[in-house]
Amino acid sequence: MKYMLMMNCPRDGYDQFTSWPKKDIEAHIAFMISFSKKLHGTGEWVDGQGLDAPTQAKVVRAGKDGKPITDGVFPEFKEYLAGYWIVEVDSPQRAYEIAAEASAAPGPGGAPFNMAIEVRQVMSGPPETK
Amino acid sequence: MTFTSLDCRAEQLLRDLAPQVLGATLRRFRDFAACEDAVQEALIAAATQWPRDGIPDNPRGWLIHVALRRMTDYVRGEISRRNREQIAVEDVPIVVAPAVYAEPGIDPDDTLVLLFMCCHPALSSASAIALTLRAVGGLTTAEIAKSFLVPEATMAQRISRAKQSIESSQVPFSMPEAVERAERLSSVLHVLYLIFNEGYTSSSGASLHRTDLSNEAIRLTRAVHQLLPADAQVTGLLALMLLTDARRTARTGPLGELIPLDEQDRTLWDRQAIAEGLALVETAMSSGSVGEYQLQAAIAALHDEAPRYEETDWLQILALYCVLQRMADSPIVALNHAIATAMVDGPRAGLAQLEALDQDERLAGTHRLLAVRAHLLERAGEPQAAIALYRAAAAKTTSTPERNYLLMRAARLSEAS
Repeated sequence: MKYMLMMNCPRDGYDQFTSWPKKDIEAHIAFMISFSKKLHGTGEWVDGQGLDAPTQAKVVRAGKDGKPITDGVFPEFKEYLAGYWIVEVDSPQRAYEIAAEASAAPGPGGAPFNMAIEVRQVMSGPPETK
Repeated sequence: MTFTSLDCRAEQLLRDLAPQVLGATLRRFRDFAACEDAVQEALIAAATQWPRDGIPDNPRGWLIHVALRRMTDYVRGEISRRNREQIAVEDVPIVVAPAVYAEPGIDPDDTLVLLFMCCHPALSSASAIALTLRAVGGLTTAEIAKSFLVPEATMAQRISRAKQSIESSQVPFSMPEAVERAERLSSVLHVLYLIFNEGYTSSSGASLHRTDLSNEAIRLTRAVHQLLPADAQVTGLLALMLLTDARRTARTGPLGELIPLDEQDRTLWDRQAIAEGLALVETAMSSGSVGEYQLQAAIAALHDEAPRYEETDWLQILALYCVLQRMADSPIVALNHAIATAMVDGPRAGLAQLEALDQDERLAGTHRLLAVRAHLLERAGEPQAAIALYRAAAAKTTSTPERNYLLMRAARLSEAS
């Protein structure tokens, strides 16, 4: 079964991150690299991406003529998606374990940052289009 | 094909032969899409049979034979399909499979003609890149997909649509006329340069399973250089790639962050590549005609020749950027010109040049302009302004190594001040 682990950050999360001391930023990045390597190693990795800064976010709707109407930036958003992993695991418990490990990524002073990780099961899709 | 069971030499041989085999197949059957598929099947057959039976005495003849046989089967299948559908078959050529491993129509220019086809201006860059890597580079769809981090089905579709565009635009399998040739060659060089950059700029953590696109671009450019040794642009591009790639291992740190030129460990630079690149630059620059790739290669050469960053010949680099800027209306060249100015006349002079670039809508507000301005402000002794701009640039870049570099630069400066 596949799970999507979404790393949600509070609105000012990005600004906080960018003003961390250098060694804390380094420790956080090093953790993310080794976390990803570990998931590759266990064969549970399906996909994982970091998203660009929320200041670049746009919301798009189709206008009456079908053309895109873009809107942004959204200071009223309480939190935003900073990145995600998709893992293939044997049980929901294993997905929660992985999420907890990601949540404990080091924050300021090297202490666990305890970010909220939203865990959702990926539904089985429609037949592959050929 | 996965070459896991083939040694490097055999793999190299297959890739070198791929365009020649395709050229020979295309001379017999004009259907580009089907020929390309047939050659790909022949390569896969070789990758599975050669490790078991050994490399045949005439590997090229072997591959051509297999590809032609696949094509014959394909044409027969097409004929019977059309017969079943009761459509006139007069226009289908009757083809007889060769009885022996004949070597029909081997022409060294085939590789070049194929490159002209795959990099045709009718194709988008993404399509041209994918098709070039498959038809000329001999890479499999799976390998190409992996290098660009897209699903294999997506890449297969991109390649198949590219082939359809070639069919429908009726690009002939022949050398373009002399008048057209220079222009078409510059499309080819541009595609090779894009492939190189794709490999060069993506040395991030995600590169775990990447096929080495930079090496592939260098290999293909080397092949073009062997076919057109007197062409100064080709020589310049090959030199530029070698001189840039020589610094690859010194260019990223343990966290995948970029390491700028002034902080790179120059003992990690590849001396052999630099020596080859320098010799090529000399040849290209003495040819009389001066083009963009030669100038960029000459600039890369000046960086590579400096034993220490402090000994970089910025005066000459600035002069070359001046010529380059007159030749190409490129925002990146303009930015580099400002950096070179700052190195020669001081950061204030560089910052003054950046102001003019604020008006350029290709650059205004981009992370590149913000980052260069941050660097120059740092050198001008304005750490607070620099920190703010480094962070603003980090928020705008979509490259992880670049973002990490910019954030660490800001953090370092903020701790020092």
